[in-house]
Amino acid sequence: MTNLTPPATSATTEKVKLGLQKRYSREKRFRWYGIISIVVSLFFLIVLLADITYKALPAFTHHYIQLDIDFNAEKLGISAQSTPEQLRRADYSILVNDALIKQFPNVTGRQEKRALKNIVSSNAPYRLQAMVLENPSLLGTKQAIWFLSNDDSDIYYKDGNERLKPYETQWLDTLKAEGRVDNRFNSTLFTNGDSREPEQAGILSALVGSFFTIALTLSLSFPIGLAAAIYLEEFSPKNNFWVDLIEVNINNLAAVPSIVFGLLGLAVFIQFFGVPRSTPLVGSLVLTLITLPTIIIASRAAIKSVPPSIREAALGLGASKVQTVFHHVVPLAMPGVLTGTIIGMAHALGETAPLLMIGMVAFIIDVPSNLTDPAAVLPVQIYLWADSPERAFVAKTSAAILILLVFLVCMNLLAVILRKRFERRW
Amino acid sequence: MKSLAWLVAAGLFMGVGAAQARDNIEIVGSSTVYPFSTTVAENYAKKTGNPAPKVESTGTGGGMKLFCSGAGVDTPDISNASRRIKESELETCKKNGINPVEVKVGYDGIAIANAKEAPTFTITRKELFLALAKEVPQEDGTLAPNKFTTWNEIDAKLPATKIEVLGPPPTSGTRDAFVEMVMHVGCKEFAWVKDLEKTDEKKFKAICESIREDGHYVEAGENDNLIVQKLQSNKDALGIFGFSFLDQNSDKVKGANVDGVEISFDSIAAGQYPVSRPLYMYVKKEHVGTVKGIEDFLAEFTSDAAWGDEGYLTDKGMIPMPTEERAKFAADAKALTALSGL
Repeated sequence: MTNLTPPATSATTEKVKLGLQKRYSREKRFRWYGIISIVVSLFFLIVLLADITYKALPAFTHHYIQLDIDFNAEKLGISAQSTPEQLRRADYSILVNDALIKQFPNVTGRQEKRALKNIVSSNAPYRLQAMVLENPSLLGTKQAIWFLSNDDSDIYYKDGNERLKPYETQWLDTLKAEGRVDNRFNSTLFTNGDSREPEQAGILSALVGSFFTIALTLSLSFPIGLAAAIYLEEFSPKNNFWVDLIEVNINNLAAVPSIVFGLLGLAVFIQFFGVPRSTPLVGSLVLTLITLPTIIIASRAAIKSVPPSIREAALGLGASKVQTVFHHVVPLAMPGVLTGTIIGMAHALGETAPLLMIGMVAFIIDVPSNLTDPAAVLPVQIYLWADSPERAFVAKTSAAILILLVFLVCMNLLAVILRKRFERRW
Repeated sequence: MKSLAWLVAAGLFMGVGAAQARDNIEIVGSSTVYPFSTTVAENYAKKTGNPAPKVESTGTGGGMKLFCSGAGVDTPDISNASRRIKESELETCKKNGINPVEVKVGYDGIAIANAKEAPTFTITRKELFLALAKEVPQEDGTLAPNKFTTWNEIDAKLPATKIEVLGPPPTSGTRDAFVEMVMHVGCKEFAWVKDLEKTDEKKFKAICESIREDGHYVEAGENDNLIVQKLQSNKDALGIFGFSFLDQNSDKVKGANVDGVEISFDSIAAGQYPVSRPLYMYVKKEHVGTVKGIEDFLAEFTSDAAWGDEGYLTDKGMIPMPTEERAKFAADAKALTALSGL
């Protein structure tokens, strides 16, 4: 029986058998490499997220202090009959000071009195001003009102603050013992624009600015990028010097540092066309330039990967070139185009360097209401807060990073859902 | 797709239209003045109900360039500066039909600080120069590469720790001020270098302004918070940053004693602390009346509630000027007296 098996085959089988174990283990090893690299990247991601979240948590709550305000019309020098302008001009800080002095009658000395004033946020008088303007009948009444605490007081309640003097911590402890302190959800963070006072600073103006900027960037770069890709892939003459030149340039543009686009935006859009500085309009024009190469390259790859049989079938059935492209090729290429768009938009959302040149790294309090209002964007807000001396901005910075990540996830989720709808197999 | 294109076109037209008229003040300039300017901007907006001014942190030089580029409403109204306007900048301004009004706003101190737990540093500006210069002038009129690696090699009374100073990069205004107020003064202690200032200014600058690059001076980026954090973890290191950061982190870091004076609010205000500089803002007179609210903004900035001895700007770390100086600049701001020359 032994001589039935040809010796040559036997040798090969032996060889294969010998190598088999090696090949199996190599495959196993490779799988392990894959798993390890995923674990490592997940580990770093989790560490990063955990660190940011841990640092951000204090920013989502804030301590409020309750004071008994006596709306003394005489002291304010106004009455319920005063004009709104007079009501606006009155000095409401008197009311806050009186309430604080009433709370701590033993405070003497200029230094201490000044420190006492700083227990609550500096916007307390403006809060009263707004209340009186809205409802002048408050004058002459007494109200218990919750005020934002100052950032230093808030830090003290959260985890102690060695910057405060003993008498200051004593006041804060007394207030707490009397039940006049409450830790609440920090809605200011989501309803206010930027501020120099950490307790009044919010993300809204940057959030709206980012939304405007990204929306306009998308509506500019998506159609332009897709049209360019379709033309280059489907209509342009092949082996033409000019087409090749354009192709090389697009590929090069994808690698140009973004600050260069900022300089270009400053020179062309602002100085030549007179587009106003610091606006979502000029921001998105610059970001469009940055995202275009990414979108064009990805779209071209997606269009190229549509099987020629689809085109031939459509043409064979009498469809025109344009009909073939728009009815068959583009819908099939859409998932790839959207992937490129997601990458481009995520890039645009996180960009700050080019915005520096066009004046979007700026202190903006008012929430922009249209494309030509001055606006900041989320990464700029993070940068500005990270650079602020006040301690409470550290937590605010991390909170802003989290909000930026949530914004990014929402955006990507939308794109993934859209992509799923377009996806088709053949 | 069609409606989208229209939307974009409409947006562009709106943009060009909006460039003609403006009702919010535009401020550019120094990142050192930025925290003070923004605080005033915020209070001004709350008090008057006008739109809040837009404050850009472009750096002093960049701000001046924008400010002096023209008198049209598309240029900024106010430029902040952590130094006085330069002759060349004023010339450009005047050539473009701008007569800037100079308002000194206050003082800023530069702290040389270390961790709270570490012993307090007592140092002179000459010692700082010797520790940080790229090349050290010798008594015989030559230069030698800086060989100092520990502080006690410079002076026996200094600690025996490695020289490690975290400071701002050359692009920062704080670095400029540090070079001017510490390095220049320190290197002028050598008589022959001092004479050089008049005879060969280029060489003088090369000696006095070059900071060593062998790892003893670490450029820690523009972010002063980062320097504070690094000082906490590295007890032997010194850091260079603005006084407001020292003030805000007084539980973590403490300032060194420079030339026998400890850094504090009072020592800067009294003009005793040697490393402090005046801060300015320049107002475009031509825009007053065209852009709404500039006068009100100036009134707010120059009010005692803002820049006074106990004003809210002092809470942000700005050192107020003496009363007479305040009165002078407040009057200048009110009358919009243009700067005639330097």
